[in-house]
Amino acid sequence: MLKREYIIGELDTIVGKVPQVSTTWSNTDVWSTIKVRWSIGRMNYKVKQGLYAVGNPDKSSSIFVTANYKLSFDHIRLALKGIDAWMLVLDTKGINVWCAAGKGTFGTKELSYRIKAHGLEKLVDHKKVIVPQLGAVGVAAHEVKSKTGFTVMYGPVLAEDIKAYISSGYKVTAEMRKVRFTLMDRVKLIPVELSYGKYYLLLVPAVFFILAGLNPHGYSIDLAWENGSLSIIYLLVAYFSGCVLTPLFLPWIPFRSFSLKGLFTGWLTAGIIFYFLSRSTNIIEIISWFLMMGSISSFLSMNFTGTSTYTSLSGVQKEMKISLPAQIIAAGIGFITWIILRFL
Amino acid sequence: MDTLVYLKNVVTLQLDQQKCSGCKMCINVCPHEVFGFKDKKAFIAIKDHCMECGACKINCPEGAINVKTGVGCAAGVINGLLKGTEPSCDCSSKGNCC
Repeated sequence: MLKREYIIGELDTIVGKVPQVSTTWSNTDVWSTIKVRWSIGRMNYKVKQGLYAVGNPDKSSSIFVTANYKLSFDHIRLALKGIDAWMLVLDTKGINVWCAAGKGTFGTKELSYRIKAHGLEKLVDHKKVIVPQLGAVGVAAHEVKSKTGFTVMYGPVLAEDIKAYISSGYKVTAEMRKVRFTLMDRVKLIPVELSYGKYYLLLVPAVFFILAGLNPHGYSIDLAWENGSLSIIYLLVAYFSGCVLTPLFLPWIPFRSFSLKGLFTGWLTAGIIFYFLSRSTNIIEIISWFLMMGSISSFLSMNFTGTSTYTSLSGVQKEMKISLPAQIIAAGIGFITWIILRFL
Repeated sequence: MDTLVYLKNVVTLQLDQQKCSGCKMCINVCPHEVFGFKDKKAFIAIKDHCMECGACKINCPEGAINVKTGVGCAAGVINGLLKGTEPSCDCSSKGNCC
């Protein structure tokens, strides 16, 4: 558990002591946020589940429900600056609201349990909880009502809209309900994508570097340096194409399917590289690299469906049925051809 | 560029208007403005915008909505293929997922 410097006090209430949270981010919070965006400790970034107070809430104050992923928790408390409210943090095993709702940990059962366990009917006199709209995937409002008597009000998708939501008399506009996928959203996701490769990012280039030394007469370290370094550049370019270029330029890249988008960026970058950098390369070798780079970029781009905010399972299954075998076969043929070329 | 659209004509979303009571819950929870409202009943306005999250289905008190839900995530689908289960992003043992 992290050092809890976001707790600034304690309130005595009818249901016992409730920790009071700060509505600003400390340097530690900012630094930890940067780290989790790079997948460092992302799977263990939790706060303790339970009831919290923001400001000095009373019986009439609103109750905002969130997950115990610290980034979710942090965004809510920041958005509630200057407001007296309660925060009910569900135990989602440190997963954000959307993903936890999909898995059901942010759900009817956990919410109903916490409403009762923390004595909310004694704490407030209004019998309403505000659940972020993206939590609706796991929460059946009518079931929570019948189990606890509490009405679930779905609030805005984004914590930053909470103030506008409150000042408009708890009205969610169509704009607040919509999930977007802006350039800025996608930029924030690039570090996560880049860290996806993990040790493969060292292993695969290393294998190519070593194999590049093979030749009809045996093995040559000089060849490994010469062709191996080039191979590493091609591989990294393909990785960059799938993890950075596709996410960044997503709406402007032709095709709807992510694997085709990735093939497009992969071939585009391969084309640029071979045109400017390695024009004298043997044509068969160029083809083998197009097969491999296209597959890598396509596969990684396809993976971005999981991070994107608008793909459906049916769609992903449809595109994968063709693209996954195609990627494997193309990469395989490219690799075998490349190996054979070492001995010609 | 406001709404990005994924593949066309693949979505499994269905609404039985006979059962609809007009409570508008589906409209309240949909993140992609898939539903419209006419003559005191909801209708599917833009089906291709649906990402099959299932929020409308679970929040429909009348059970009027059906959709095959799941993670629209390639890694999840591969995960499911490897384990022989439904697509799932439940890769908690490996410690790195959504």
